[in-house]
Amino acid sequence: MTSLILATAARFLFPLLLLFSVFLLLRGHNLPGGGFVGGLVAAAAFALYWLAFGTRTARRALRLNPLTLIAGGLLLAAGSGCVAFLNGRPFLTGLWVRLHVPVLGEVWAGTPLIFDTGVYLLVIGVLMLVITTLAEETREQP
Amino acid sequence: MLALFILLSAATAVAPVVIRRRARYAPAWAAVPLASGLWLAWWISQPEREPAWNWAASLGVRFSFLTDGLGLLFAWLICGIGVLVFLYAGSYLEGDPRLGRFYAYLTLFFASMLGLVLADNIILLFIFWELTSLSSFLLIGYDHHRVEARNAALQTLLVTGLGGLALLAGLILLASAAGSYELSVLIARGGELRAEPLFAPGMILVILGAMTKSAQFPFHFWLPSAMEAPAPVSAYLHSATMVKAGVYLLARLTPIGGGSWLWDLVAGVGLVTMLAGFLLALPQRDAKRLLAFSTVGALGMFTMMIGLGTPKAIHASLAVLLAHAFYKASLFLLAGAFEHATGARNVGEWRGLWRSMPAPAAAAALAAASLAGLPPLFGYVAKEKALSAMLGHPVHAGIFLAGFAAAGVCSAALAAILTVRPLGGAPGDVHAPGLLLWAPPALLALLGALAGLRPAAADHWLIQPAAQAAARTLVDSHLSLWHGFDAVVLLSIGILLAGAVLYWRLGAVLAAASRLRSAASYGPLRLYETTLGGVNRLAVGTTRLLQSGKLRNYLLIVLLTTSGLAFHALISRGGLDLRTDWKGLQPHEGVLAGTIAAAAVAALLFPSRLAAVAALGVVGLGVAVIFLLYGAPDLAMTQFVVEALTVMLLVLVLYHLPRFSGFSSRRARLRDLGVSLAAGSLLTLALLSVNGIEGDTSLREFYTSNSYTAAHGRNIVNVILVDFRALDTLGEITVLAIAALGVFSLLKLRFKGGGGR
Repeated sequence: MTSLILATAARFLFPLLLLFSVFLLLRGHNLPGGGFVGGLVAAAAFALYWLAFGTRTARRALRLNPLTLIAGGLLLAAGSGCVAFLNGRPFLTGLWVRLHVPVLGEVWAGTPLIFDTGVYLLVIGVLMLVITTLAEETREQP
Repeated sequence: MLALFILLSAATAVAPVVIRRRARYAPAWAAVPLASGLWLAWWISQPEREPAWNWAASLGVRFSFLTDGLGLLFAWLICGIGVLVFLYAGSYLEGDPRLGRFYAYLTLFFASMLGLVLADNIILLFIFWELTSLSSFLLIGYDHHRVEARNAALQTLLVTGLGGLALLAGLILLASAAGSYELSVLIARGGELRAEPLFAPGMILVILGAMTKSAQFPFHFWLPSAMEAPAPVSAYLHSATMVKAGVYLLARLTPIGGGSWLWDLVAGVGLVTMLAGFLLALPQRDAKRLLAFSTVGALGMFTMMIGLGTPKAIHASLAVLLAHAFYKASLFLLAGAFEHATGARNVGEWRGLWRSMPAPAAAAALAAASLAGLPPLFGYVAKEKALSAMLGHPVHAGIFLAGFAAAGVCSAALAAILTVRPLGGAPGDVHAPGLLLWAPPALLALLGALAGLRPAAADHWLIQPAAQAAARTLVDSHLSLWHGFDAVVLLSIGILLAGAVLYWRLGAVLAAASRLRSAASYGPLRLYETTLGGVNRLAVGTTRLLQSGKLRNYLLIVLLTTSGLAFHALISRGGLDLRTDWKGLQPHEGVLAGTIAAAAVAALLFPSRLAAVAALGVVGLGVAVIFLLYGAPDLAMTQFVVEALTVMLLVLVLYHLPRFSGFSSRRARLRDLGVSLAAGSLLTLALLSVNGIEGDTSLREFYTSNSYTAAHGRNIVNVILVDFRALDTLGEITVLAIAALGVFSLLKLRFKGGGGR
């Protein structure tokens, strides 16, 4: 089941969707968006890729094992909460620093963003794990 | 002190890796207890101690330690016997590929036991207490491919674990009575705590905990079962150290409870345990079970004397405890060595050990002589002390003295069973055990003999300080090998003679006792097994009832329960308020609602699964549009993507299924219709009622005003998710990860035959 139209569209949409998902993740703190929906969009991008090119190619595009993504995301989220310990604050207290970035000017960066990144990675991992396992499962059925 | 425990944790973690590489040098791990002991000796010699580390100050949990004579007596035992057991274990389990894991468990146990006897904070004590139970579980179940070992491990864990819970409750009650979580403060308040209303319930719970740990009647049955563990474990945990934790705790709390009716109760429990243990030991022929029952008896003996509560009785109890640690650990380790040499654990099959391996046999004779209480061994000195303490006890000493004498008679007979026939006679077919299998127990037996010859030294360095710490007074009682010819010596001679007679007539005694065996089968073990079986059957029954394996039944249960409860809440709280203003309804909203309703009905009517899924997708998208219209862009966005992905997943699953082969019956469909109508109408009613409720707005105001100032974010929804309520989110993503793992393992591992990835 390969469709030329889908394949061509997917090739163009895939990077755009991924970019969009990161955009959603980063702007989430002030405008609609966030790690969860960003992760969903990224997973949708991979799902589209999988529809167009099949499981193996989609897995290769993901590069990482979904299980690694899940574990990494969970560790990142939990770890961002532990940073507060270094300051003697309770678990998951948000810590912020004002950074001076050349193009963007003054930006606030903090542990909640790391936490959200953890959520983002985990959501991608969970969805890709479910999709690829189900895909392989249905292929193995007679 | 904190550093020591961190280092011991590290030693536990690296043990499997290090020892797997160099299994031959595994006995060198004995350096761990040795170094800990030396470090402890250095630590207590320091004039200034580091301040206690506040673990969780708001809960009163501190890493504080109490290093007085009582704790140190136990600590030296743990370190000293630990060194010997660590040396022995590598040899005993030679060639076992999991030796590293064994040493890791053993190190874990060592660390937690050391923490238990040195902890000042009672929560810390409880944590170490539970850790010893857990490591005991791991060590008993070490041969986990044998069902007996697994059952014994579970039994130990259940009995001591339940006791541990009682202990926790009791300690907290005592702490709230005293207003402090530090043992040192509790002890300093002493007897005045008895006036508190919480004293009796708290202390009873603590005593229950101590009884399970120290295998007191009626909880004694786990200890003989625990003999499924390898010999070094039996020697270390189940005779020398862990089972004495309960005795330690009771001795520790004697300044508070000593002399009260509760301590009389403790003495009674000890008496029953002592008699039961020694009498049940007599018919045993399996060397380890025999030793286990006699350990139960000995534990009863210590408990009884702690319960008697006079400084002399406590002093004598600790002396007997030290003697017991020497000879019983030695006997357990030697039993393991003989098992290695002869291939049998039955005492009846050991023959001529004296000729075939003189050195181990001499050690066994020495240790058994101490068990019997023969002079000039330490067992004799301690027993003399105990007899004199009981003769001098002010009240009801007669029954305790008689019980103690009976226990002494049985010990003497047990010592004879263990030595006379096994050591004598012509040697059989044996291969002599290696040096590390007999030298550590021989050293222990020798120490017992040395302490007997120089009792004043052991008394001065170990037992006096411990007794003084436990009794909180100067103890006017000293150990000596010979203190003149008096009633005590006469009693001792009488006990030894009676022991000899008992051994001589053992066959006749056991034959007479075997008639009682049917009564014994209704013991606590039977109760434990019945209860455990009942719990299992109950669990199986509920699972059968609830876990039918059919998705529709689960949905039915979930929907009916939720609707029922919510409906009840709505009615009983008077929340049903249906005054809704329909005037502001815009035409496009009406169209949207109509589309959603039509798609929902269509999903029901379509005969093909794919079409039904697509219709459900329309419902979801419609809901997303509603979110958008009412100012929840975050929600709408998420809903859109989720809908798209859900349809994709459903198609993925359904695409490969065959067409509907049959539809459910008319009755089932009517039932489903009823349930879905009920759930749907309930949700509608609830939503309509929510409109009319003016809830508490303080939370909303808090989030609105603090979102940017405190959390640097303008998107309140996201700030709540990742900052204000990040812990909830962490929990949710954990659930998500586990659910994904569930899907993965259900679908993936099935095809690989369950052998792991």
